[in-house]
Amino acid sequence: MDNKYTLKIFRGTPGNQYWEEFELERNSAANVISALMEIQKNPINKKGEVTTPVAWEQGCLEEVCGSCSMLINGKPRQSCTALIENYIQSTGSTTITLAPFTKFPLIRDLCVDRTSMFESLKKIRGWVSVDGSEDTGQFGPSISPEVQEAMYTLSTCMTCGCCTESCPQVNEKSDFMGPAAMSQIRFFNANPTGKLEKSDRMRVAMGDEGIAGCGNAQNCVKVCPKNIPLTESLALIGREASKQAIKDFLGLPDAGNID
Amino acid sequence: MIKKKEVIVVGGGLAGLACAMKLAEKGSFVKLISVTKVRRSHSVCAQGGINIAINLKGEDDSPIIHAYDTIKGGDFLANQPPVLEMALAGPGILRMMDRMGCPLNRTPEGHVDFRRFGGTLYHRTAFCGASTGQQLLYSLDEQVRRYETKGLIEKFENHEFLRLILDEKGIARGIVMHDLFNLKLEVLKADAVVIATGGLGLIYKKSTNSTFCTGAANGRLYMQGMKYANGEFIQIHPSCIPGNDKMRLISESVRGEGGRIWVYGNSSKTIEFPDGTTHPCGKTGEPWYFLEEMYPAFGNLVPRDIGAREVLRVCELGLGIDGKLQVHLDVTHLPPETQHKLESVLDIYQKFTGDDPRKKPMKICPGVHYTMGGAWTDWPAADDSDRLERFRHMTNLKGCFNIGESDYHYHGANRLGANSLLSCIYSGLVAGVEVPRYIDSLSSSYTQTDEKIFGDSLRIEEQIQEELLSKDGSENVHQLHDELSDWMVRFVTVKRDNPDLVKAIDKIKEIRTRYENIGMADRGKTLNQTYVFAHQFKAMLEIALVITKGALLRNEFRGAHFKPEFPERDDANWLKTTIATFDRKGDEPVITYEPIDMRHLDPIQRDYTKAKKIVPTLKNIPENIELPL
Repeated sequence: MDNKYTLKIFRGTPGNQYWEEFELERNSAANVISALMEIQKNPINKKGEVTTPVAWEQGCLEEVCGSCSMLINGKPRQSCTALIENYIQSTGSTTITLAPFTKFPLIRDLCVDRTSMFESLKKIRGWVSVDGSEDTGQFGPSISPEVQEAMYTLSTCMTCGCCTESCPQVNEKSDFMGPAAMSQIRFFNANPTGKLEKSDRMRVAMGDEGIAGCGNAQNCVKVCPKNIPLTESLALIGREASKQAIKDFLGLPDAGNID
Repeated sequence: MIKKKEVIVVGGGLAGLACAMKLAEKGSFVKLISVTKVRRSHSVCAQGGINIAINLKGEDDSPIIHAYDTIKGGDFLANQPPVLEMALAGPGILRMMDRMGCPLNRTPEGHVDFRRFGGTLYHRTAFCGASTGQQLLYSLDEQVRRYETKGLIEKFENHEFLRLILDEKGIARGIVMHDLFNLKLEVLKADAVVIATGGLGLIYKKSTNSTFCTGAANGRLYMQGMKYANGEFIQIHPSCIPGNDKMRLISESVRGEGGRIWVYGNSSKTIEFPDGTTHPCGKTGEPWYFLEEMYPAFGNLVPRDIGAREVLRVCELGLGIDGKLQVHLDVTHLPPETQHKLESVLDIYQKFTGDDPRKKPMKICPGVHYTMGGAWTDWPAADDSDRLERFRHMTNLKGCFNIGESDYHYHGANRLGANSLLSCIYSGLVAGVEVPRYIDSLSSSYTQTDEKIFGDSLRIEEQIQEELLSKDGSENVHQLHDELSDWMVRFVTVKRDNPDLVKAIDKIKEIRTRYENIGMADRGKTLNQTYVFAHQFKAMLEIALVITKGALLRNEFRGAHFKPEFPERDDANWLKTTIATFDRKGDEPVITYEPIDMRHLDPIQRDYTKAKKIVPTLKNIPENIELPL
């Protein structure tokens, strides 16, 4: 067994990106993050040149914060759960490539600015409009375990951007917000109180940045680290948007159930 | 009278978000600073749940019992009025989070469900699968986003707090921060500053904390004169997966749902049980459920300090897996629907180890988890005669508040599982009502503060930046961090011995000297993470000294602070709060002590071997308690 492996990293700043290789010792427990930490401690590339440590984004390292997204061997994922040995064994290659996401503005090396995803959460009105935090002595409406579980699944979205990165419809020519925001519309509409603002959210989904942008490539669901049923959300939002369009056409207020 | 209330909140975890939300709701304008997108804050890592004594399970639970369990669980080191009011606020906080759409697990009837957690005999822990902190944080993040669209909250994400700006009277009037993307230094002005920057796990490097949790903000404030309390109390969680980059948490809820800890027994070895009797270490070759035998009443759900210590004790006898500090945590016997409730944490185990915990018992070890100590803050009780002249959660630096894991309240010498989410939200709400009251008490606003004060603070940071960026020595700051972490993990975690602690203090000082000789591997200003960490590391070293010196001086065994040489809790000498103050001239923290507010409950021994559900009485409960809800 070759006891070394190579991390080939696409790094640099906007307009000045380049590949740089680092050679590291194999270690059964290594993940991409711990490998990058090794480079920090000893920033010397494969050619033996002293270089700057690689910049990357990280947080919990337990795949729950969404920070450490990047392209690993070309696929979007969280780098904390990316185990080096798994890659070497599944590809048969001792070279692993790391690159930043391409659908967001590059900051440096493996870091991009995913602010657009959080702006989308504003646009879709991603909240439940409670009257205030004062205790009224009341819980929210009761929710069945089944609905809670569905809501919980949708709410595990950590805004990591893997779905956005994988989506061919998110590009310079399209305003599509991407799958995560559409799925969040579904989450807030599923809440009994959140449902009261469903029409407002659906009108966003009907807009230029909304569901019409989805081309049904179904890449998103394959890359979601949390296995959120994104294509199901997209289909549902598509159907609901059509209903909303009819309601709006008829000019009825959203007062009764006309489904 | 200041008309427009402007507040800086540093940190966007549960505490910071709860505070920002409450402030905005009350009409203040908030500038929210965070080193990351607030939605990625470390609160997302809390797995098991939030303790709320609302008695929906027909067990006659109550906030009084919750307060009692918390005070006892913390080995009587916590000031008691804050604990009582936090427990009383719990039910209202749960209702608030539920109304905001937090997807809490449900009973068949559609009500919020509860599970069991450590240190209590009640089903008191509300939860969202096994990622409760993430879900609570998201709900607050969403409310904050709503106020952001209304113009009441302005976020400065990817910015880091560096310095508190104090006016000529020593009143907080703003901060200096830098932009992590380009190192641009900037002054923000306000009439109050709330620090909510979480714990300090990164001082130990291998902890369950997120990489944001450096403790640097508190370290910087400490170096500016902020008192730091109970630094030596660091929680070690019994169940983690060891990794090259961090310790990954395996939630206590795994045991709350029936998971069992064991090692293979060895009947030729003996061990002393907590009741003083000596027993063989199980039967050779068979699983030995040592916590269940030693603590029949609480079993696998003993408080974390006890769990971590017993795991260490058993492993020191050579019974750990492969002779290492490692034991089994077993959920293979649990029915699939119970395993399903733990899915997110079981999945993480599988992703990192490749083993399916549903089929094969997990291997776990203790790891640094929670910072009980933190910024000293005031906390007048409801019936104190000067209640309205003082401000809850304000540090000794006037106008600078401190909340959440970064302050020292609520948990004493050991935090009970699922109490941190509650203390974070609660303290955030408390600050949300105390800060406006504080601003009302001011006679002038920052707009009347001399511009020179702000300029001087900015120049100090400009100079620090220039000097640090030009460092050209031979030491690598990340290697120094590894060295610090090795020493801290070895000598300042579960078991503490004075000779080791003396050596550790010398080592930290040595690292501090060598730090002066670091070389900056990167001198650019674009996302220079080496620089950012080097800046943090200086403050981390000072807090490392606070932890270690506090541990050295405290010659007793209390909660998470275990010193075999002094094997008993010593209330006569040590029932007091440790206060560390930065000494500008000396090279070590100055340690003093102050009394604990024990007005509700006299100390009793902590006994988890036998327990029945008693109905405790707390004394002197004020009649005028007003909850921040």
